[in-house]
Amino acid sequence: MNTELITQVAAFIWQEADMLDHGEYAQWLESWTADGLYIVPIDPQQTDFANTLNYAYDNADMREKRVARLGSGESISTSPVPRTVRDVSRFRVLANDGSNVTVRCAQNLREFRKDVLKHYTADVTFELVRSGGSFLIKRKIVRLINSTDTLQGIGYIL
Amino acid sequence: MTNKTDAQHALTLGDRVQADRVHTSLYTDPAIFEQEMDKVFSSTWVWVAHASEIPEAGSYKNTYIGRQPVIVVRDRKQKVHVLLNRCRHRAATVCEGKKGKTNSFVCPYHGWSYSLDGALRGVPHPESYADQLEKGELGLVSLRVEEYAGMIFATFKNDIEPLVDYLGPAKKWMDLFMKQGGGYPIKVAGEHRFRFPGNWKIQLENTTDAYHFPLVHKSFLSSVDKQTEEMLDFVGGSGYVEDLGNGHSVMVMIPQLIDLEENLDAPIPERFAELAEQLRAEQYSDEEVRRIVRAVGGSGFNLNIFPNIACSMAFFRVLQPIAVNETEIHHAVITMDGGPQVANQARLRLHEHFQGPMGFGTPDDSEAWERVQKGASAGEDLWIMLNRGLAGEKPTADGRASDVSAETGMRAAYQQWKKLMTA
Repeated sequence: MNTELITQVAAFIWQEADMLDHGEYAQWLESWTADGLYIVPIDPQQTDFANTLNYAYDNADMREKRVARLGSGESISTSPVPRTVRDVSRFRVLANDGSNVTVRCAQNLREFRKDVLKHYTADVTFELVRSGGSFLIKRKIVRLINSTDTLQGIGYIL
Repeated sequence: MTNKTDAQHALTLGDRVQADRVHTSLYTDPAIFEQEMDKVFSSTWVWVAHASEIPEAGSYKNTYIGRQPVIVVRDRKQKVHVLLNRCRHRAATVCEGKKGKTNSFVCPYHGWSYSLDGALRGVPHPESYADQLEKGELGLVSLRVEEYAGMIFATFKNDIEPLVDYLGPAKKWMDLFMKQGGGYPIKVAGEHRFRFPGNWKIQLENTTDAYHFPLVHKSFLSSVDKQTEEMLDFVGGSGYVEDLGNGHSVMVMIPQLIDLEENLDAPIPERFAELAEQLRAEQYSDEEVRRIVRAVGGSGFNLNIFPNIACSMAFFRVLQPIAVNETEIHHAVITMDGGPQVANQARLRLHEHFQGPMGFGTPDDSEAWERVQKGASAGEDLWIMLNRGLAGEKPTADGRASDVSAETGMRAAYQQWKKLMTA
């Protein structure tokens, strides 16, 4: 087992999680490749995301818009902005060709807004591309375990 | 001295729906909700599926009419049945999962099996019934089903008027809505499901509420191009709301997008310029490109069909009452069946942009409705005001109409509610 690689990808993914929980979106937006996609599918078995309905299928433009909306104060469902704390763990490298690394991990996120505490559990798959001494995100696919059930508004980024 | 509760109890159900207002208890009273399940949802036509959701023999969909679970299924002769999802032996559901395909329905408890039309086909170890089991009497309960423009409705009320009569002038708007297939049949290709803690009628009203759009959807409007933002600046525009009878209404927000097969010569909006280029590159003719691109953005109106379905610009909005203060909503995405992949991708992305729990529109609607329900617990003798646009309301060939942000559609729905609830 390549524990050095696990340590590298875990450090990067923990940093991303920390940015999102602390609203450091400018830096988060720069963590992506130009063609990067942030995807939250509905069907847990789905792999053809472009041709199916998802909760989110964000390219760079949509990620920027999602971040802008979150901070704009124009949206009543994100004012006040929900507070989140997420744990990411159970890292497993699924593929590694030296420049691209695919890693799957577990994410447990708690959200609090107004008077409600919510819990979202997801399998998250990252496709990372080596860049400088670190990585950029090419794909982040968040498979909520209750994605086929009814959900309530999720205005922030999973 | 009469206290407020006594005054409220003195109001009959009919008193609670006035020409220009409805009583707050319509959102909050659990007893009224119980009556609605019987007098509204079990007494009229209720939408259950679009034909594309059950495309083949054996295709089924599980849904609810009011709170009663039903299976919508296509049999081997392509006939659609709506069956109560309840074994006639000891009541277990015989079908689970939102959608699927099957040859029969088999109860998991004791193995009673039913064919796709609901007939009881077999029971294990029948000898104990000594040949006295009336199998012909023990099929799954089958409801009356009718279909118009691919939209399937069912009813518990066997002697109700034909669906086409119930829909009346709404039919022509359904036909117009289906033109967003762009020359292809329309297909439901998934849905966003969400719940909000509020009464179902709050959502029913919202589909015919243009007034909220610029305020509640400000963050959405900030995320679209200038031309789209201007197109969606319809409050104060030349659109209108029309009462179509039987509780149905249409809200025309963008009059130039009523008929998607007209004005095909109009310039292609800049947001679709790239899509048009891609289609031309795929050898679609200029006319096809124009028709498809025009269809991708959806229709310029919301058609509200009482009590649970709306054809809303580019999607179907389905509402399902759960409790007096809990409602489930499905926003079903529409694609062009067999249409160009790039055009369908554009429709999917547009749907994701506004709809669903992570969309830029739906969560803000949901928050507003939640606030309505919360506020409605204050002042139990107060009324919900529905008098906007009343002064300017005028008779039309199909009913009555007023300006685009009039509450005419809500008044139409509540008059139908009153008719059913006091019948």
